[in-house]
Amino acid sequence: MFPIVNAKFLARDVKQLEIHAPRIARKQLPGQFVILRLHEQGERIPLTIAASDPAAGTITIIVQGVGKTTRLLNRLEAGDPILDVVGPLGKPTDIENFGRVAIIGGGVGTAIALPVARALKAAGNHVIAIVGARTADLLILLDEMRQASNELHIMTDDGSAGDQGFVTTRLEAVMKRQPPLDRVVAIGPIPMMAAVSRTTRPAGIPTIVSLNPIMVDGTGMCGGCRVQVDGRAQFACVDGPEFDAHKVDFTILAQRNSMYHDHERASARKLDASPESELAKVRSACRLEAVCAPGPAECERLEKATAQSVSSACAVDARPGE
Amino acid sequence: MADKLPTKERIKIPRAAMPEQRADLRIANFREVNLGLETAAAEREAQRCLSCATPACVQGCPVGVKIKQFVDEVVAGEYLKAAATIREDNVLPAVTGRVCPQENQCEGACVMGKRMTSLAIGHLERFVADYERQTGQIGLPQRAASTGKKVAIIGSGPAGLSCAGDLALRGHDPTVFEALHEIGGVLIYGIPEFRLPKQIVRQEVDNMRLMGVKFVTNCVVGRTVTIDELMNEEGFDAVFIATGAGLPRFLNVPGEHLAGVYSANEYLTRVNLMRAYDADSHDSPIYDCRDRTVVVVGGGNTAMDSVRSAKRLGAKRAIIVYRRGPEQMPARAEEVHHARDEGIEFMTLTNPIEFLGDEQGRLRAMRCVKMELGEPDDSGRQSVSEISDSAFEMPIDVAIIAVGTGANPLVQSTTPELQTNTHGYIFADEQSLRTSKQGVFAGGDIVSGAATVILAMGAGRRAAAGIHDYLQSGNW
Ligand SMILES: Cc1cc2nc3c(=O)[nH]c(=O)nc-3n(C[C@H](O)[C@H](O)[C@H](O)COP(=O)(O)OP(=O)(O)OC[C@H]3O[C@@H](n4cnc5c(N)ncnc54)[C@H](O)[C@@H]3O)c2cc1C
Ligand SMILES: Cc1cc2nc3c(=O)[nH]c(=O)nc-3n(C[C@H](O)[C@H](O)[C@H](O)COP(=O)(O)OP(=O)(O)OC[C@H]3O[C@@H](n4cnc5c(N)ncnc54)[C@H](O)[C@@H]3O)c2cc1C
Ligand code: FES
Repeated sequence: MFPIVNAKFLARDVKQLEIHAPRIARKQLPGQFVILRLHEQGERIPLTIAASDPAAGTITIIVQGVGKTTRLLNRLEAGDPILDVVGPLGKPTDIENFGRVAIIGGGVGTAIALPVARALKAAGNHVIAIVGARTADLLILLDEMRQASNELHIMTDDGSAGDQGFVTTRLEAVMKRQPPLDRVVAIGPIPMMAAVSRTTRPAGIPTIVSLNPIMVDGTGMCGGCRVQVDGRAQFACVDGPEFDAHKVDFTILAQRNSMYHDHERASARKLDASPESELAKVRSACRLEAVCAPGPAECERLEKATAQSVSSACAVDARPGE
Repeated sequence: MADKLPTKERIKIPRAAMPEQRADLRIANFREVNLGLETAAAEREAQRCLSCATPACVQGCPVGVKIKQFVDEVVAGEYLKAAATIREDNVLPAVTGRVCPQENQCEGACVMGKRMTSLAIGHLERFVADYERQTGQIGLPQRAASTGKKVAIIGSGPAGLSCAGDLALRGHDPTVFEALHEIGGVLIYGIPEFRLPKQIVRQEVDNMRLMGVKFVTNCVVGRTVTIDELMNEEGFDAVFIATGAGLPRFLNVPGEHLAGVYSANEYLTRVNLMRAYDADSHDSPIYDCRDRTVVVVGGGNTAMDSVRSAKRLGAKRAIIVYRRGPEQMPARAEEVHHARDEGIEFMTLTNPIEFLGDEQGRLRAMRCVKMELGEPDDSGRQSVSEISDSAFEMPIDVAIIAVGTGANPLVQSTTPELQTNTHGYIFADEQSLRTSKQGVFAGGDIVSGAATVILAMGAGRRAAAGIHDYLQSGNW
């Protein structure tokens, strides 16, 4: 069980959650993610680790409410528990001094791009951040991005903040400047990453994208997260999530991601109709669960079966923070 | 309680048939198919045993369960004693009684099988294990005095669980680290509820907890923590790697990326671990199989589990496509038999060469070729080759690829001193299960390649003995 220690909205439908997960906090590197499950009947969803604090034993995730699980997550507050959090998963980002690097964040992708920008700047790169959103109140983490970069460009579709236009419009302008870009990192909606890839391909600028296929286990066991890279299947959870943009088949990724569309719409509707029962499921994670690894159902059974010995049985399972 | 009948009476008794849920009903639910023998039927079945002086069945059992002795105890009505006898060699009898390929092991060796039908050893094993569980009188063995030695076990499948149980008995302090959120390995995420109710696995895990085994879920060794960190920073004196063979293989034919094409691992994980079959209360989705045609490629247990799950999820047609003949299918005989009763179709000597999709990237058809069997090769397995000009197309909605699994490299790649073979499986000594790295042992599917529950369990127990020796002597 993993308690939430801090929670606040950054923008409409975008929430930042700080979670106590010391083992993960200790190991996390930029580009890695966690998979979490909110309650016994919940699904497993991947979320990037935006930051971690090994001393405090916490990790930060930034979540955009797009469907059932993310919207439920965004209803949670400090003190609420998350049943399962596993990570850090995936390969970390390649961090080197490449020279001049453009980092492009679209929507909640900005949250994922932030730790990458920080690390690249710390490695000595000249970091040009370009963040985009449909409209001003969807922009997030502008101050943090400004600090993590050498120059920050803001683009909105409607011109309500920064300049009007797409991130690729600005990228094209940046590409015309001297010295040339040595690398581009793009993280955001699939159409945006595909557009960035098309933009940089003719100039042959190495371009990295962080892919977001549907995942289950996150350990290479199911193959559900497979993406087509250079004509071959790669498992994004272990071989990625970052890949060479010029080799990725974005059409296939978009098609696979819409596989459960009807089911997703129906569950989101159900959640909106009665969020209380779902919240109750999250919060009812039994007290024992805090000290023993198994799920609450198992705790209850244990409790009934052996009223006496349960506390000792569970107590030995206690690992600080797990 | 009964006396043993004279031999000529005994051989007249027909082999006990396993009572099962009717096929037309069970294809609409995920409840267990086999219902278990009644007491009287079990006693009568036990009477059939010829009590051979040198029982071939025991030799046929990969872990040498004292079959003759436990069957005699069933005849005598001493079911708890029979269970304890099995537990001496097999710590998961309720599991193996349900999933062992008995026809290739104990029952395959049974002398009665040569002239009549073999003793139903698997059914009897299940009977005593269930009896023990239902009475709640599991004879948990006495734990030796604490040695203060900590052992980390990576993976909670049958190999990891049995090793942890034995180490606890010997007074050591085992902690099992599992990547997923539930304990049990393939027993939880792979084998479906209708063949192995999860409650049984959970109860075995609870027993271990009471014996002092600790469990840490949500911990991917190689990512969350490494073996070196466990040994150098967290004070573990030895490590047992039991991570299974969980990497799904695909066919590598065009169109495998289409929506609607699954690995069996993903399909079964969604169904079992994530309970997608109970869609009303669980969130994880699965492709809608209702009134659709589902094809499963492969002929092993995994293929049977997938195809029977698809049928239960409402598939109009659920079809096994296998490139060899029906006799070559590696699945347990009972699974194939149950599948046929449930209306599963079999297209053998058939091999898919391409999956075809619609404009939205959804699977709509497959192209296959017909195959023919040739001469047996050195290993005695018949070769199989494509019949020319035999390609045909068939409309389908879902395809599940169940053509085997390989070694997941996560642990190996983060533990450089571990020697592996060309397929990525970990090298370990047969007997002691020592790897090339001091203090580290390995066993189960991650050493042998995909095998069976009983072999994994046997490896776990040998590892526990090997670890015990090492911890006592300190010699590597
Ligand atoms: C490596 C990785 C890192 C990610 N990091 C972040 C992040 O930092 N912040 C953030 O807001 N989002 C992130 N996502 C996306 C996030 O996982 C999905 O938005 C979330 O799973 C949607 O679940 P839902 O139930 O709320 O919505 P649903 O309505 O179920 O799904 C909405 C869409 O999300 C995708 N999706 C659904 N289920 C899954 C799943 N199990 N795994 C992956 N994608 C799924 C599908 O494309 C779907 O169409 C990341 C995804 C990946 C793969
Ligand atoms: C669908 C299916 C049906 C089967 N049916 C039968 C049958 O009827 N009869 C039979 O005898 N055998 C059957 N088998 C085979 C049998 O289940 C396996 O041989 C057996 O489970 C192997 O046991 P194991 O302990 O080696 O590994 P597994 O059971 O595979 O367990 C390995 C565990 O390790 C975990 N793990 C992996 N990597 C890590 C890591 N880095 N960190 C932490 N944890 C990790 C995994 O999540 C998993 O829980 C079947 C297999 C499948 C897939
Ligand atoms: S999520 Fe299952 S293999 Fe990547």
